Amino acid sequence: MKLNKIILSFVSALVILFSTSVASFAKVVGDKIILGAAISLTGKYSSNGVHTQNGYNMAVDRINSMGGVKVGGKTYKFDIIYYDDESNPKRAAQLAERLISQDGVEFMLGPYSSGLTKAIAPVTEKYGVPMVEANGASRSLFTKGYKYLFAVLAPANLYLDVAIETAVELNGGKPVRIAQAFEQDAFSQDVRLGILDAAERTGSKIIIDDKLPKELNDMAATLVKVKQMKPDVLVVSGHTKGALTAIRQIAEMKVDVPMLAMTHCDAAKLSKQHGKNSQYALCASQWHKSLTYKDDFFKDGMTYAADFEKEFGYDPPYQSAESSAALLVFKDAFERANSFDQKKVRDALAATNMQTFYGNIKFAPGGQNVDKPMVLFQVMCDDAGKCENKVVAPLKWASAKLIHPVPKWSER
Amino acid sequence: MDFLVFQYPMITVQACLDGILLGVLFALIAYGMALQWGVMNIINIAQGDLVILGGYIAYFMYLYGIHPAWGVIVAPIIMYFVGIAIYKLVINKVVDRDLFISILATFGISILFMQLMNFAFGADVVLANSHYGTTMLFDNNVVLPNSKIFSAFISILFAVCLVIYMKKSKLGRAIRATAQNARAAKILGVDTEKVYAATFGINAALCGVAGALISITFTIHPYMGLPYTIRSFMIVIVAGLGNLPGVAMSGMGLGVFEEFADYILGTEFRIGSVFLLLVLILVYRRFKLSRKREYLK
Repeated sequence: MKLNKIILSFVSALVILFSTSVASFAKVVGDKIILGAAISLTGKYSSNGVHTQNGYNMAVDRINSMGGVKVGGKTYKFDIIYYDDESNPKRAAQLAERLISQDGVEFMLGPYSSGLTKAIAPVTEKYGVPMVEANGASRSLFTKGYKYLFAVLAPANLYLDVAIETAVELNGGKPVRIAQAFEQDAFSQDVRLGILDAAERTGSKIIIDDKLPKELNDMAATLVKVKQMKPDVLVVSGHTKGALTAIRQIAEMKVDVPMLAMTHCDAAKLSKQHGKNSQYALCASQWHKSLTYKDDFFKDGMTYAADFEKEFGYDPPYQSAESSAALLVFKDAFERANSFDQKKVRDALAATNMQTFYGNIKFAPGGQNVDKPMVLFQVMCDDAGKCENKVVAPLKWASAKLIHPVPKWSER
Repeated sequence: MDFLVFQYPMITVQACLDGILLGVLFALIAYGMALQWGVMNIINIAQGDLVILGGYIAYFMYLYGIHPAWGVIVAPIIMYFVGIAIYKLVINKVVDRDLFISILATFGISILFMQLMNFAFGADVVLANSHYGTTMLFDNNVVLPNSKIFSAFISILFAVCLVIYMKKSKLGRAIRATAQNARAAKILGVDTEKVYAATFGINAALCGVAGALISITFTIHPYMGLPYTIRSFMIVIVAGLGNLPGVAMSGMGLGVFEEFADYILGTEFRIGSVFLLLVLILVYRRFKLSRKREYLK
């Protein structure tokens, strides 16, 4: 008797829970378009997770205050349901499942990092939920034939191949010798593939090809090899710890290399943490505030950076800018589809061709953005030790001239 | 596989020196672990997390404009009290229980510390710059960052002070007596409860010093503690409890082993090779023990 009662109350509690949650969060409620996102608010990606969330929030506020989204003659406002995925891919996939099947979300925004996007994409694909993501650049995301995944950013293999091409160009078109060290994760390994392609294209030789562990905090061995073998270019990609460790040890060990190219410099706050030691490092970036792209909502990069700083108190890293751009893409697609039908929105997304403050956006069939090149900036410091990131390549957007080769440590 | 290390003899010298400097630091952490293992029969899985916490103390001093080297004095003082607090809250409840319970308890503390540090300090990788410069040897072919030399020197200094303290002071003698036979020590008037608390505090203080040194030489991150726990566990296993010269030797040995594994197998196998070595040593020990047993039969 007692057991029956317990089961009955349990089941009824569940029924109530489900019915309320479905009723309160459907895809479009009243004048609200509800998007879902699993974001890393805790765990190892939490700092970039917060940058992502700030970028989303900034765009939501801006679009809502500037008239919202017009669909079928009615004005709608954006709203986002966030869950914390704890930087854990399994959790992210569960949360995507929950957002879609329990909360009834019909449109998703991406999480932070390629790994988590990889975990979520099969779920959104299964339910046919269009997802615009801004922080998963791994090439493998775009080769699986996903139909509902759209990334506003350039794929990872394009991050640093500009650096190799520039090095070859500066070498008078002759091939260069490359040393590279990459962390063993989806993103960095894709950056590596890009370098391999670029090396093959230019006939360059890779003389050191090291893999870095996840718990990296010492890459002295790689740098000793670099010292002995004297390559023309050193490429390092291992998220923020890779960038920080490389700069620290290159400075300490006085490793002279004509060109040093990296990823994640601004996420690592390289110039703030290392000051003048980080000078001359070349960094791949999806976006820089000095680029001259324009849109109606944020005007341009400089205005975006100023507004962002006013709201959140720090200079926006590219992770925030691309996240804001994801919302602009959604707004544009909703208005062109003029409907909330998932299929129609998906088709509208696939036909996107627009400019935002972050860059041009046009999706390839795989879902990656093919209309926005990567930029390279170089850390440049003045005599007082104040450092700034200046765009040096591609030439179209360069605000400073590339300093090459990097001066030797003995001459600094 | 990479045999560069044999083609360029200077790399061998570099690897040995790097390994020894690093190994001394490992030995300091391992010494703390050996101490509390021997005295309290507790294997502290949270060892590495205490190290990282010590690193954050030095990092925050650096942020506020104090030279991080002062961290090697401030961090152990703060960490000593953190250690005592952990003892009073958790460890004193598991100290007489079997090893498994204490491993579980310290594993829990480890997870708690990771999450708390992540919550309080953020998930960014950080470091403290000492601006100590570099020492060049052999015609600039071997480079030693002075921060590494500094950290090895400080580690040795602390280890020596601790050894003297253990030999000469009243508390040191009480700790050694408790390690030999807790019950007998108690009967003879040693307040073992106090000894346990002090031991845990001293261990945490050693971790604090090591952490401050790591933030000066490498980088710290809330989730980076486990490799340090594993390394110190490994060193203690090799050296045995209460064998201080053994801890120092096996610490340096491990440092050199890691560096060579790094050069020959590649950086990605660095930590992996430590695990592998641990397994091999455990298997070897078991094999030796079983032979002994047969002989006794």
